[in-house]
Amino acid sequence: MVQGAFTRQVQVGRIVLLNNGPVAGKLAVIVEIIDHNRALIDGPTTGVSRQPFAYKDMTLTPLVVKDLPRGAGQKTVKKFLEKADAVAKWEQSAWAKKIASRDARAGLSDFDRFKVQKLKAQRRFALGGALAQAKKQAA
Amino acid sequence: MSRNSFLVPGVSRYSRTAVYRKKALYKIKKYETAAAPKDVATDKVVEVKGAKNGGKRTIPANKASRFYPAEDIRQPKKSRKSVKTAPLRGSISAGSVVILLAGRHRGKRVVVLKQLDSGLLLVTGPFRVNGVPIRRVDQAYVIATSTKIEIPEVDAKFNDAYFKKNKDVKEKEFLAKKESKVATSESKVADQKAVDKVILEAVAKTPFLRQYLGAKFSLSKGQFPHNMQF
Repeated sequence: MVQGAFTRQVQVGRIVLLNNGPVAGKLAVIVEIIDHNRALIDGPTTGVSRQPFAYKDMTLTPLVVKDLPRGAGQKTVKKFLEKADAVAKWEQSAWAKKIASRDARAGLSDFDRFKVQKLKAQRRFALGGALAQAKKQAA
Repeated sequence: MSRNSFLVPGVSRYSRTAVYRKKALYKIKKYETAAAPKDVATDKVVEVKGAKNGGKRTIPANKASRFYPAEDIRQPKKSRKSVKTAPLRGSISAGSVVILLAGRHRGKRVVVLKQLDSGLLLVTGPFRVNGVPIRRVDQAYVIATSTKIEIPEVDAKFNDAYFKKNKDVKEKEFLAKKESKVATSESKVADQKAVDKVILEAVAKTPFLRQYLGAKFSLSKGQFPHNMQF
């Protein structure tokens, strides 16, 4: 049920991205809503143990695991996650790809950074040449 | 008897120099280094004249002094610390590429050959790539990168004695005008070429590595060393 402009609801089955603590950056599913501040989350396929988590420490994603029973045990959660293939869908999203590229950039070694610089220059040069060619043909 | 006091906890009434004056520390000799204990005989045997005096007598080798100074002079405490050479950082090993941070070659990326007994790193450019000869460099003035090159063990003749300058060379360098340089000896040039030959063969195997060693390191806007992986 869409409530006005809010498209992502806190609901059982909602996949969330955790922001805080040792599990930061990992995905989990909302299994049960505890109160207006916390939910019970679980992430058996992503290495998150079953625990209460504050809404302010997580980000809702557009993904939902459909028909997950409320308060489901860990085995059930795992079964539903694998059936829905939630993690794979997440990896394909632009959001996840942006995070991955950001992490890759941060982890580059000094030599890697140098190689990136040289390869970008090569690409720029090739593109410039192709553009000049195209302009000449159009003129 | 305390010649100083506190106005407020942590703030003394008199400064360090004022206390020095009040205590008349200028009169007191600072330190007297204790002489090393020598293995001398404590007693000696001396011939004594006189028929009834026993002929020989054992007396102390050094006569006890009749006068002692009025005030004792402080002996410095013996330090129990021993100076050791700096241990090699875990991120540096033979063949690692390293960024020099100080000296005339600052910013250049060089190859580490080994650590010398003095603790300094033995590095080379290679010379043909970036102009850095076989040189000693302190670990502390270096950023270690994660790039490593496979090189064989370097000749044992490269040690701290190899780099020691003898007197006449030092004089020549001092007297030579700033523009002219003292030519490096033939043997050193030959050593450089021999070491570099092996390294350049290894460098040629990796694409971009020779260019990388020839380029200087610098920080651009938004780059912070504590946030960067090397």
